[in-house]
Amino acid sequence: MTAEDVHAAQPLPQAMAPGELLVVLPALNEQASVARVVREVRAAQPNATVLVVDDGSTDATAERAGSAGAMVMRLPFNLGVGGAMRAGYRYAYDRGFSAVVQVDADGQHDAAEIAHLLAVSDADVVIGSRFAGRGEYAVRGPRRWAMRLLSKGLTSIVGTSVTDPTSGFRLVHRRAIALFAEHYPEEYLGDTVEALVVAHRAGLRIRQVPVTMRRRESGTASTNPLRSAVYLLRVVVAVGLAMVRRAPR
Amino acid sequence: MPGERLTIVSVIAAVAALVLVFELLRRRRLREKYAAIWVVIAVGTLVVAVFPGLLRGVADFVGIQTPSNLLFFGSLMVLFAVSLQLSREVGLLEEQSRRLAEEVGTLGMRLDALEKPSDQPPDD
Repeated sequence: MTAEDVHAAQPLPQAMAPGELLVVLPALNEQASVARVVREVRAAQPNATVLVVDDGSTDATAERAGSAGAMVMRLPFNLGVGGAMRAGYRYAYDRGFSAVVQVDADGQHDAAEIAHLLAVSDADVVIGSRFAGRGEYAVRGPRRWAMRLLSKGLTSIVGTSVTDPTSGFRLVHRRAIALFAEHYPEEYLGDTVEALVVAHRAGLRIRQVPVTMRRRESGTASTNPLRSAVYLLRVVVAVGLAMVRRAPR
Repeated sequence: MPGERLTIVSVIAAVAALVLVFELLRRRRLREKYAAIWVVIAVGTLVVAVFPGLLRGVADFVGIQTPSNLLFFGSLMVLFAVSLQLSREVGLLEEQSRRLAEEVGTLGMRLDALEKPSDQPPDD
């Protein structure tokens, strides 16, 4: 389709045609940042459709997103990021979008970096990685070891380098949209880690590009060793299950 | 004799269970697929209550010395199976309600687009 042509022709396509690129922002109580993120995305990708999936927010997230110019899908109750994204992929699939970019509504992801994701050709899933060279995003302590281990494990499973498997900043092309519209894992870590395993097992090509991310404005990642151990355990369970689960279709 | 009393108590319990299941079915509070296992359990209890020798025979055959232990083991297995089945059903229900929630979100958005056509044309 046309999206592929754009990829082949230019190293850094700044914009896709209208109706081709859907930017999905799963949002839960992000009224402080959602409007600004929506405006940034619209400025960076003027032809993109911006869809905010309001995952059961109790604040003004939906109103602010709407008045900033995004389409807003309100879920009746909280489904988690995985559920919100599956709804987004379903929408993209039904409407024939050829690419979906997931961007966090908390402002952690830089909308200007979407172009770098779009620049990658011959991949079905493109992950924006914080730890692949650019930017100075740093995680310390036990959490860092946990993420390292996860990255190593996933890299060996998927067969390409995945330095930031829990990154929620990713681009998904048509084949992967069709898969994720039906099968997007919703459990904890499923939406990031397990989704990669699901995509790999379905024969999709995964690649990563280095991106810069901002520090999270609100909330700090925990460095508590016990929490990290629990995190690691859940990661192992999630990846292990993803490996042995019956492949979709 | 204590044995007879035990038999009477067990029979009453089993019959009461059967009546309860039947009544729930009659009032449409219990679906057939869940009723079956409870009917089987109640009938099994009834049979064992009326013929205690059966329990002893089976216990000997399996190699359990105290027949009541066989009963406990059997009950444990049955309860395990039932709760596992219920967990599975809950998972199924959760998946269905998630799908519905996603669908509701999509439909709501389409409805919004239809109701204010002046603002933004529905992108169809």
